[in-house]
Amino acid sequence: MADTWSIGARTFTSRLLVGTGKYPDFATMQRAHVASGAEIVTVAVRRLDLAAKGEASLLEWIPKGLVLLPNTAACFTAEEAIRTARLGRELGMGDLVKLEVIGDPRTLFPDVVGLVEAARALVKEGFTVLPYTNDDPVTARRLEEVGCAAIMPLGAPIGSGLGLRNPTNLRIILEAARVPVLVDAGVGTASDAAIAMELGAAAILMNTAIAGAQDPVLMAEAMRDGVTAGRKAFLAGRIPMRLHAAASSPMTGLIGR
Amino acid sequence: MPIQVRLNGELRELPDGLTVAGLLAHLGIKAPRVAVEVNEAVVTRDRHDAQRIGPGDAIEIVAFVGGG
Repeated sequence: MADTWSIGARTFTSRLLVGTGKYPDFATMQRAHVASGAEIVTVAVRRLDLAAKGEASLLEWIPKGLVLLPNTAACFTAEEAIRTARLGRELGMGDLVKLEVIGDPRTLFPDVVGLVEAARALVKEGFTVLPYTNDDPVTARRLEEVGCAAIMPLGAPIGSGLGLRNPTNLRIILEAARVPVLVDAGVGTASDAAIAMELGAAAILMNTAIAGAQDPVLMAEAMRDGVTAGRKAFLAGRIPMRLHAAASSPMTGLIGR
Repeated sequence: MPIQVRLNGELRELPDGLTVAGLLAHLGIKAPRVAVEVNEAVVTRDRHDAQRIGPGDAIEIVAFVGGG
């Protein structure tokens, strides 16, 4: 049986979600998207530059068949995030939203009070809400209670590349959640992605780690492999850690004794 | 008489009597690529021909850009 996962009514095979920001150019982004194997890509909603006529559209460079996940990045209040989500739905003709309500410009940590408030309102409006949240198990529970379709705790600050700063909290969130848990933000390299998947995350969302790499296309491939390896290791069930050695070869039948 | 509106945050004069569809045509924008909000409420595509722009309206025209 295929190892799939679902958000609402949609089922996916790839457990890597990728962004569309910060690439050197659209052609590189497109090649990285293909190399990543991602089935979902995030996009932001911004004012159209009314002076720039006939500029290349981002959408023309996103491979057909990929699911667009509009975000509410850089929204600092629930109201802004709700308005942005509605505009994203109008643009994308889908009900998915990556909900961000940011509380601090330096760390881009979520304002979890505004986040829960916005999530509750958007769920009532029929959105499938995927909230970017802190690695706090209580907030994760609140988000699930208001009807979010997934929980997306950060591994580390957005774009920081620090890797998973609090794997034990992620484990507690994973243990309790009855909706998919996606690690969103903070991943720096393929081993970070593997570790998140080994913890049992349903999927990982990343942008900068791929787009900002020296070779984004090769990094996209590395991330795909890291996610796959980590997922397989999770399913396989790792051995327990132990302090002392446990010999792999027989300790008896040695010569010369 | 032209009317004054706030379009994507900037004061701007527009011909009176434009609909949202008329505004997009006036600006040379292809409707399928954008979403329009008037006074903080989304104007869905099916209402572009009906909704009129009035003096003092705050209009936002947005599109998808790269993001994470």
